[in-house]
Parts: sequence; structure tokens; C-alpha cells
Amino acid sequence: MREVAVLGVGQTKFGELWDRSFREIGIEAGLQALVDAKLGSGDLGGLFLGNMASGSLLDQEHIAPLILDYAGLAGRHLPAVRVEGGGASGSLALHQGFLAVASGLYDFVVVGGAEKMTDVLDTTANEIISSTADHEWEVVFGATLPALWGLIARRHMHEFGTTREQLARVAVQMHQNGSKNPLAHYRNKLTVEQVVGAGEVAEPLGMLDCAPLSDGAAAVVLGPLDVARKYTDTPVRIAASEVACDTMAVQHRASVTTLESTVVAARRAFQRARRTPGDVTVAEVHDAYTISALLALEDLGFVEKGRAGPEFETGRFAPGGALVINPSGGLKAQGRPFGAVGVAQVVELVRQLRGEAKERQVSGATLALAHDVGGTGATSAVHLLERAD
Amino acid sequence: MDAGIVSYGAYVPRYRITPTEIGKVWGTDGEGMGLGLNVLRKSVPAPDEDTITISTEALRTALIRGAIDPQQIGALYVGSESHPYAVKPSATVVSQAVGATPNLTAADFEFACKAGTAAIQTCLGMVGSHMIRYGVAIGTDTSQGAPGDALEYSASAGGAAFVIGRENIIARVHRTLSYTTDTPDFWRREGQRYPSHGGRFTGEPAYFRHVTECANRMFEAVGSAPKDYQHVVFHQPNGKFPQRVGKQLGFSEAQMRYGLVTPYIGNTYSGAALIGLANVLDHAKPGERILMVGYGSGAGSDAFDLEATDAIASFDRSYGRLIQEYLDGGVEIPYAVYAKFRGKIHMGGS
Amino acid sequence: MSIARFWRETPRRYNLGGSNCTICGTVYFPPRAVCPTCPHHRQTLEKMVPFQLSGDGEVFSFTVVHDAAEGFEMQVPYVMALVKTVEGPVLTGQVVDISPGEVQIGLKVRATFRKLREEGKAGVIHYGYKFSPALESDVRPPSRGPTVPVETAAPTDRVSA
Repeated sequence: MREVAVLGVGQTKFGELWDRSFREIGIEAGLQALVDAKLGSGDLGGLFLGNMASGSLLDQEHIAPLILDYAGLAGRHLPAVRVEGGGASGSLALHQGFLAVASGLYDFVVVGGAEKMTDVLDTTANEIISSTADHEWEVVFGATLPALWGLIARRHMHEFGTTREQLARVAVQMHQNGSKNPLAHYRNKLTVEQVVGAGEVAEPLGMLDCAPLSDGAAAVVLGPLDVARKYTDTPVRIAASEVACDTMAVQHRASVTTLESTVVAARRAFQRARRTPGDVTVAEVHDAYTISALLALEDLGFVEKGRAGPEFETGRFAPGGALVINPSGGLKAQGRPFGAVGVAQVVELVRQLRGEAKERQVSGATLALAHDVGGTGATSAVHLLERAD
Repeated sequence: MDAGIVSYGAYVPRYRITPTEIGKVWGTDGEGMGLGLNVLRKSVPAPDEDTITISTEALRTALIRGAIDPQQIGALYVGSESHPYAVKPSATVVSQAVGATPNLTAADFEFACKAGTAAIQTCLGMVGSHMIRYGVAIGTDTSQGAPGDALEYSASAGGAAFVIGRENIIARVHRTLSYTTDTPDFWRREGQRYPSHGGRFTGEPAYFRHVTECANRMFEAVGSAPKDYQHVVFHQPNGKFPQRVGKQLGFSEAQMRYGLVTPYIGNTYSGAALIGLANVLDHAKPGERILMVGYGSGAGSDAFDLEATDAIASFDRSYGRLIQEYLDGGVEIPYAVYAKFRGKIHMGGS
Repeated sequence: MSIARFWRETPRRYNLGGSNCTICGTVYFPPRAVCPTCPHHRQTLEKMVPFQLSGDGEVFSFTVVHDAAEGFEMQVPYVMALVKTVEGPVLTGQVVDISPGEVQIGLKVRATFRKLREEGKAGVIHYGYKFSPALESDVRPPSRGPTVPVETAAPTDRVSA
């Protein structure tokens, strides 16, 4: 297997992009990444596009060739493949792109992630995102995606004494981080009181515990590490790309307070990279709900199971700490265009590793980790990245 | 007759509303209305309850109490005037939900408030003739009165299920007979949301005439008199009519005590007499004789002469609620919540 | 949701028909064609038999939903729970007939039969299980009749294990 590097990155603003279409944002991110990689489209081997639900959100399936076409590449007849894994679609596309380059079959690929969520009413969008849980045995009975995470949160509070305020602290920190990110959906700051006092969604989770429904796209260009220096002064090596799955429904898990898929994906990734959680200095983790971030810290091995609430509260994961979580603002503040999330996490981490993150730059960023989750944890993906120069 | 009740169960939804609360909305003396009707509270179904769910809960209780194998049910009838579907039987859903399908006959009955007693008669015939081993007769309604109409103060929700069989009978049916005429006192036309009624015409020529004539036919047929019965149950569209007809026929308050449930839960239509009978069976002792006279608008009465057997003494009612718990229990809701639950608020859209 | 898609699950949604692995004894709901617990999954292919849950259980976790799923708007706020059944499987379902503030982990519940969804005012009504607080008096007589036969999981010839 060949070593794979990220040669270029691109990302649109995340948010309610009323005046922009799916194809516009998809192309913007992809072309930015190609320009960043100083790569001609003639060098490309293919496109992998992460997207959760274009069919139900836009009445448009078969979107990978569509993006390829409007990027002006239809005449090159490149292979273009859509990859779907709920909220983890972007990471799965990245994994496919990684495999394609690592195998030697393709030299250079664009991995994109894009979702246009505001072309339907938010009630419709909420129904669609709930379909990333088990529709027949969870959703039909009245569960929504936040309700299922609410069940996880309640149990976490019950088993470990996690408090409502500790959950709120996550949202507060994410908005603090996002306030420095010009691409973020939300740049306003929050207080714990505001989060706790916001309208309830699925107790204990309130409106401000939930990531927004965003439009957005992100893209990266991958290529073989051994030629990376030809294209960039700051190649970033993908030290591990791991995906793990678990039961579709929360009800079938041995423990509902652990995402086993995350535990396993992380373990495989650290083994593959011969590194440990302690080596990570910056991470973008799944924080679609405040409880998701706490679970991520535990399941990725950054803190002991059950301790994420109090540990997060100490501020040790905020900028300036030894491990900075979600400098982008995470899904919570940067935004949640489902299929774009996993790719956007890597875009942010590459910028951090290159030292291009400006105001939100994490000093001494060396080993970076991206963690993406589909549904309630039926799919988790973990990528490890590091500077290769 | 070689058949009788072998088990029973009832179900009344959790929510209640008072006539006073209803009167507040319409600017009328709700409390006075309630006292006049002798209805203190009425039950209200939750938004996810209907005749099918209530019937299923009542029957599940009956089957567990009687340790009855649902596969031995040969016929299942749901009597109601508020079937959720105009076309598509409630009885098939209930049959499937209790595990009685597929080897049985099932149908929905409608005869205003006496669809449930009509179902019992049908089951008695089929069980008595050895066509089937067990027959299930259910009477349930979630009926509505038009907002502001007098019916709104009484129309409620609930039901009871009776398993009719030949073995382990807890209440033997000695005789059943009916009295039927064409009397348009109360009706609901196809496609109409709320029923209409003839006001005071629902009284003398309708309820009182049919119940009285039917009861008298029964006394004559079996050679009995009111004093021979320990318990009597009438159809009870309100708390007043059954008291009056009972008095007219010569029954005492004591005989009517357990059979009268409408003052506490309202008029459950097809469920009314049957929940009254269930309450009597909750209390009846071996050898006690029971008269039940149902009534359905349109109009007709079904009378039953029953006797509690020795088996009733050991009948296990520990599963499910006793009727008294339904009469005492419940959670009161304001009119606005009631209006939401009953779909009385226009939501717009499709 | 299509009629057939809901209809084919009625043995499960109405009657809690699950399955039981005759090799390791684990009970599953909804039924499975292959046992995930047994080390040699494929050996369990023909060994899964129908098993009916009693519907008795307790609340393992719960949430009070304010932002309703489609079709549940009239019931807001409503309680969703993970219910651990006495037979083992955990089910996701609504807890009804209780004030949201009274629900707690460990609450004893039993399955009840309710409307789940309606396909609009003119469409099919979907029914299935929810849970309500168990009555202290609820003692099932020991001599229950034979369990209700339920259809098995997906036909095994459709499984590629």
C-alpha cells in the first residue's frame, strides 16, 4: 500500500445559503481544493462525493457525475462515485478516496462532501436526518435523531453523574471556537445559562445542544505521498483511515453510553499509525449534540469512560490546552451539512497542521484526529493526519 | 342455555373532563348540566387511542384473566358507532393484535349504543350451537357530541370485552331477547362528523319505551320479577335515564348500585351497559342473578338474564384494572387539551 | 410510508413477535435470521425460532420529546424510552398514560396497544406497541395458554451469511 497525502483543501461557508445551489457549492469547494493543490484536472483519477440525502432533500440522485459535469470534467469521463453513510458520508468518501490512492489504482482523486439542507422545510429536513437511525424500529415509534441522543444523554447522566451544565459547556466552547471561524454557520457566543434555558428538543437536550441544519461543501485532493512535494510545500500524510460499524439501533447496543464503533475505529487507527491518544494535539470530533462530544472524548480514548463531563468543564480541551477539540467550532457552531462534515473536519485539520488557521491556530499542532459519526453511531470513522515534511 | 361469559375485561382511557369545565367554554351552567344528567366526569381518549386500541386492551385483559388461548376464538365482533374506518373492520385489527387470526370469523357491529349487546347475542348463538368454542363480543366507543351540544357533556370513551364459551362459565346466560322498532331518535349520517338527535324525543318514545318493553318481555319469558335479581344494568346515556327506568320498573338503588357507571366516566355508548356489567361481575357472588337491558338508538333493546356461577368466586381478576379503579381514577384536563385530543381544533393544511 | 412496508411488520408491531436462538438461548426483538451472539453465526441460520415477548419491562433510559417526529405533534411533550424487557431485548417506544415529570429510570412498564401514525385523514392507520406504567396488581396467572404463534424473521433463503 502506498502512503497517501492531502495535497489541497477547499471549503465553502457553512450556513443557510439561500442563494446558492447544490452544484454551485459542490464545485466551489472542489475547485478551491484543486487550486490549493496546484493540480491540473488532467491529473485526476476520479471523484468520491460524500452525500447523505440528495434524493430526499433535492429530488436529485446520481449527483457525483452531476458535480463532475459542472466542474467542467464531463469530457474527461472520470469515474465519479457518491458515498453514503448518514452523517458520516463525507468520512466514508474520504476512506474510499484513501483506498483508491493507497491501492495504486488512482494517483490523484478529489474527495468532496456536500449537503444542501435548506431547500426543504426544517421539519422535513428533521424527518430526513432521523432516517439515519433505524426507521422501522426507532423512528416509526416516535423517535427523532435528537431523541435518540437524548436517551443516550439521560443514561450517561444516570450512570456517571454527568450534569446538564456539563453538556451546556460543550455548546458554549464550540461557539467560542466558531466565533473565530469565518466559514462557520454560527459565530455568536453563548453562556451556559443560555444553553440550559433554551427551548427543549428532547430532554435533556435543548435547542442549543443541537447542531444546526446547514448547507455547505468541502473538498480535499489526495495523492501519493512520495510525489506530494511536487504539488505542495506542506503535504499532510493520512496516517490512518479507519471505519467501524455497529448496530443500527441504539436499543441493540451492549452499552448505550459507549459508541463501540468509535472505540474500535480509534483503536484500529492508533494501531495503524503506531500512536496513542496522548499524541494527538488537535481533533475535530462529532458534536452534533453536546452529549456526542462527551462520548467522543471518552470513546476516542482522550478521557476515562464517564469522565468527559467534568474533564471538559476544566477547559483542558479549549484552545491553549494540550489537546484542542474542534477549533473550527465543530458541527455545533461551524455547522452541519451532513455529507460535508467529515471532509470539512479534515480541511480544518490540514489548515491547522499547515499553520494556516489564523486566529484559531493551535500552536504546536502535530498529530491531528478527525472523528465522524453516522446516525447514532452505526458508523464511525477516524482519520489521523500529520505533517509529512 | 349452554353458554355464558367465561371471562371479561374493560378499558377506560386515562383522561377526564368535567361538565363544569365544558360549560365554561360555552357560557352555560355546566355544573347544573352535569347534575341534571347525573354525569360528574367523562373520560377522554388520548390522541393515540380509538375504538380499536380500547377494544384490544379490554380483550387482552379478558384473555389473560381467563387464561384463554386466542387461537381458540372462533368469532370476534366489535360493536361501536365510532369505528376508526367507515370501511375496513376494527375486528380484524383487534383479532390480529390479540393473536386470534387467522382461523376465525370477525366483523364490526353497529347499532348505536347496543352494538356490543348485539355482539354478545350473536356469540351466544354460535357458541351455544357448537359452531365455535369461544366467541368474543366487544362494545367500545370514542363518541363525540358536537361542540356545545348537550351530548358533549356526556359522550365519552371506553369499552369492555366478553368472552363467551361453554366451559368455566362465570356468568351463565339463562335467556336473551330483544325489542326492536324503527324509531329515529339519534343518528349520524354517512360522512357527518357529529351525531344528530331528536332532543326530548330520545326519551319517552325511544329509550324508556324500548327498555321498559324489553325488560317486561324478559320478566314474562322467564317468569321473573325485579325482586329476583341482585343486580340490574341498563344502558346509560347519562346517569339519570337508567335511574328513572329502574325505578319505574321497580328496582331499588341497591340493585342498580354496581351497574351504574356513567356518572363517573360518562356515556361510553356501546361500552356503557357492558362496562356496567363488568362492574357487576367484579362484585357478583355465586348464585346472584343479573338483569342487563341494553339500548341502541334507532331503536332497540337487548335483555339478558344472567346468573353468576360458582366459578366466579375463583375468577382471577388480578390482571388489569377493576372497574372501580376507572370510576375513581383518571386525570382531569382542561377544555383546550380536550379539544386538541379530540381533533376539534382546525389545524389547516391537508 | 407504504402500506405493505408497515403491514408486513404487524406480527412484530402488534404482538411483539421476536426470535430466540435455540443454540445460545438469546432472545431478539425484532426477530433476526442469524444470531449475533453465537460465535459461528452461520450455524444459527436454521436455529432461530419465533418467540413472543410478554411486553413487561422497565425504563432503561428516557427522553421527553418536545420537537416531535412527524405524526406525533398532538402528543407533545411525549416520552420516548428504551425499555428493557424481562426477556432481555431492549425496545424503543413511547411511554404513555404518565406525566413526563413522573418517568424515571427503573419505572416498571408494560406494552400497550396504540395508534402509531396515520397516513393523513384519509389514509391507513398504523397501530403498534407503546408502553404504559405497569399496574402493581398485574399478576399474570401461571397457566397461560400456548404462546401466540408469530411469523418468523425474513425467510432464511434471503440471507447471505
